[in-house]
Amino acid sequence: MARLHLKRKKFEIPDRYVLLILSGVCVLLMLITYFTNVISRPLSTFASYVVVPFENGLNKVGSAFETRISELQSLKDVVSQNEALQEQVDQLKIENNQLAEDRYELSELRSLYGLSDQFSEYETVGARVIGKDPGNWFSVFLIDKGTDDGLAVDMNVISGSGLVGIITEVGPNWATVRSCIDDASNVSGMVLSSSDTLMVNGSLKLMESGEISFSQLSDESDKVGVGDEIVTSNISNKYLPGLTIGYISSIDTDANNLTKSGTLTPAVDFRHINIVLVIKNLKQTK
Amino acid sequence: MRRKIIEFLLVLACYILQCTFFKAISLGGIVPNLIVMLTAAFGFMHGQKEGMYVGMVGGLLIDIMFGNGLIGLNALIYIFVGYTNGLFSRIFFPEDIKLPVFLIMISDFLYGFAYYVLTFLLRSRLDFGFYLMKVIIPEIVYTAVVTLILYKPVLAIETWLEEREDMEN
Repeated sequence: MARLHLKRKKFEIPDRYVLLILSGVCVLLMLITYFTNVISRPLSTFASYVVVPFENGLNKVGSAFETRISELQSLKDVVSQNEALQEQVDQLKIENNQLAEDRYELSELRSLYGLSDQFSEYETVGARVIGKDPGNWFSVFLIDKGTDDGLAVDMNVISGSGLVGIITEVGPNWATVRSCIDDASNVSGMVLSSSDTLMVNGSLKLMESGEISFSQLSDESDKVGVGDEIVTSNISNKYLPGLTIGYISSIDTDANNLTKSGTLTPAVDFRHINIVLVIKNLKQTK
Repeated sequence: MRRKIIEFLLVLACYILQCTFFKAISLGGIVPNLIVMLTAAFGFMHGQKEGMYVGMVGGLLIDIMFGNGLIGLNALIYIFVGYTNGLFSRIFFPEDIKLPVFLIMISDFLYGFAYYVLTFLLRSRLDFGFYLMKVIIPEIVYTAVVTLILYKPVLAIETWLEEREDMEN
């Protein structure tokens, strides 16, 4: 394609200087955003006007499309699942009765001890997932609520069955959530039954199998085993205590013979998250 | 100015599609990289400056929402992608689709490699072979397929823009 810029070509900065200038701008931006958050507010407001309305609309189209496909696929499975689930329902009914009794007892004991019912006090707000990280490296997603609805960075995000992740960035009408299966995610957890603490690390390697890894479990009495429930620990500085992360699926003793590591199956189905709950209570109140 | 606005809208459209629609139809959890496709395409179709401009806009869009508090990293990589592709604008002929697809695949590989080094290797995720096979190469293949579909429309927009510019000059 012939380009004849003969008239305009009097004054133009050479390309390599433009490259240098733009790279410098990027590095400067990185430094500024790493050390301060001066410019993130105007930029996130910009995104909330330019990007989020489109994503909101397109998400509806996309999810409708997705639902149609999965509807067709799942019809076959549904019949066979139904029987198995019916059995499970009966089983759970029995279990539920027991638990109801236990809860009654627990609330009585609690009132005796004067403990407050800590989990039901959390104030939550529902949000819809409207977009995901455009790359293939991290599991970060976008929700349609932001500072306008009282959200802030470091708020915990849950779904019905357990911990989803934590808010890392927030704009007026959007927030990004780093899920706990993300490669850069580290959650301080503990084994519910024995209160042993451990670190839960997301991993891109395990993502395909739908699992996350854990490490640094010190289990001296050797009581922790496969199937044990892992919840967020009470010593974490960002995560509220007692949120279910998942269940241990494999466990090994480390080479140092002191700690154990392994994998756990998350309680949340991360492939099909559409609606999440954001807990508006922060662990640390400034 | 018209060129800049249209390029901005194209990048925005690709970014939004990549976040929503392509995520919904991802194959094995992998989505094509449309931003790298656009950046490379405008680089080799119209030279270094356009490549850098498109790359910067696309990179910044990603960084603002998914940069995890570090704005500029993606923009920096994409600027280099745009600049490097701009060097090939002299040997680019619109009729030939082989060079564009090849350049876009190489660009996507370089982007993937740079992103791996900057965000994974620096956190001591050393198993490059795994990430190459599971993320980078699938992404390249998927991007190449999408390029075959989207190359014609993008080229048509570029041709239209050049015709308008030639008329005004």
